[in-house]
Amino acid sequence: MSPDATPLLTVDRLEKRFGGFRALDGVSFRLAQGEVLGLVGPNGSGKTTCINVISGLYPGDGGQVVFEGQRIDGASMHKLARRGINRTFQSPKPFLSLTVRENVEVAARYGHAGGAPVDLDALLASLELDGHANRPAEDLNSAQQKTLDLARALATSPRLLLVDELAAGLNPAELNRMADRLRQLADGGMSMLVVEHLMGFIDRVTDRVIVLNAGREIFEGTLADATRDPDVIRVFLGGTAHA
Amino acid sequence: MNVTPEARPVNARRRILGDLLLAAAVACVMAVAPSVYSNQLLLFNFVMFLTLSQGLNVIYGFTGYLPFGYVGFFGAGAYGFALAVMHLHAPPLAAMAAGAGAALVLALVLTPLFRLSGAYFAIANLAAAQAVYEVISNPALEDITKGPYGVSLSGVYAPDTSYAVSVAVLTATLFLVVWLRNSRFGLSLRAIKEDPISAAMSGVSVVRGRTIAWLCSALIAGLVGGTFAWQISVFYPETAFSAQFSIFAVVFTLFGGVATLTGPLLGVFILYGIYNTIGITVPQYFQLIYGTLIVALVLFLPNGLVSLLTKRGYRVP
Repeated sequence: MSPDATPLLTVDRLEKRFGGFRALDGVSFRLAQGEVLGLVGPNGSGKTTCINVISGLYPGDGGQVVFEGQRIDGASMHKLARRGINRTFQSPKPFLSLTVRENVEVAARYGHAGGAPVDLDALLASLELDGHANRPAEDLNSAQQKTLDLARALATSPRLLLVDELAAGLNPAELNRMADRLRQLADGGMSMLVVEHLMGFIDRVTDRVIVLNAGREIFEGTLADATRDPDVIRVFLGGTAHA
Repeated sequence: MNVTPEARPVNARRRILGDLLLAAAVACVMAVAPSVYSNQLLLFNFVMFLTLSQGLNVIYGFTGYLPFGYVGFFGAGAYGFALAVMHLHAPPLAAMAAGAGAALVLALVLTPLFRLSGAYFAIANLAAAQAVYEVISNPALEDITKGPYGVSLSGVYAPDTSYAVSVAVLTATLFLVVWLRNSRFGLSLRAIKEDPISAAMSGVSVVRGRTIAWLCSALIAGLVGGTFAWQISVFYPETAFSAQFSIFAVVFTLFGGVATLTGPLLGVFILYGIYNTIGITVPQYFQLIYGTLIVALVLFLPNGLVSLLTKRGYRVP
């Protein structure tokens, strides 16, 4: 989908400081309906902080976030979930003593963002968690807990999904399945902002990428173009790029 | 990976019925107990700790916040009752409402404590209860609270009626816990306990959920404090604000197992039963036996007695 279409999400000069450290220093981008935008950059570049601010986990220190035409910066997480924004976490955060089904039930009952009710059995089956539905989440391995984190987010029927390093720690087969799932969701009209270090995964899932460095945007375009961009090469590999 | 046996599927209606039956059975047993056992004060103490443990269960078992100063709400309830009787000549039931109101006001004042967590919350709550005690027992407030000299409410002394009301409070508390265990709201509280951030991202208003649980828990302690004042009618600040109430409620709840109906009930019946048995028959060994029992439980069953069953996949009411 073209980034010039009416944006679902507009991030405008977003700032976040931790003491004297500028984690986000005026980041701006737009995300269209059904578009998958990759957010890449070295460690500490501000990718996860960006997701944390958009999802309401951290308050921003400047700039604004507009979702479906309305400012949402400063809104609390539960209100954002009900408005159609949800996320996964870099370290999955399931409700460990609750069963897998109860994990998604909480989200479906409290955070549903409108539209048709979610068929939780079908959701769990689509993510291959149906066989564990009545087990406590603490029994799942880390890959399954990541998948459950995704299931919890999807149970709210989000229109914007913020995906934070969902692929880390998955084996190649799990990685492929996860990439296919995200692509299917995007094809169904869900917009996504995907933070990931695995470039193969980013290439399969995203339509375009933004490269961050030290809290600033240094590139916006396709991943293929990013790999040829001198600034991106310098940030990722160090030294001077040769055109 | 520590794999728990898959929970045996239980029909939801049968599950709720089991919870309701247990709550009703306990309420009935305590209601008829005075007709078969003459020591009504001991029975009242059982009812009081059954209710306090479930009240603590509401905030600790369902949200994970452990209020070591839980006695503050109990004392506020007792003194709210006493002040309403002494100064307003309120009838006991109206005075009970005043006691409950006092506990709720204290709970509202203390809501900023939720900015803290873990041990910090527990200690701050304990300090808050101590602060309320210091105000109540201040000799300069003798005209209002009778200061450290205690209150006498002999005009409303009615042990049978106050016992009946205490059983009514216990019954209401048990049914509240049944509702929390089987309701959408209770599920959201358990989510908050597990991970407040993930709960918020699931659409749960963490502040609202926690505050409601906190107020319910304080209300229960306030009502119990009111029945306590009504039942014994003569008491001192150090009685109503005794740390023993908090400690017993915490220990009983942990001993049985939190977030269940059964756990705190087991804790009270077993530990308070032992307390009243060996404390009288072999008082010289009481502290040793009691302490050993609690240490053994913490070491071998940190999730309480009910975990013996829940670890095997059984759902305990």
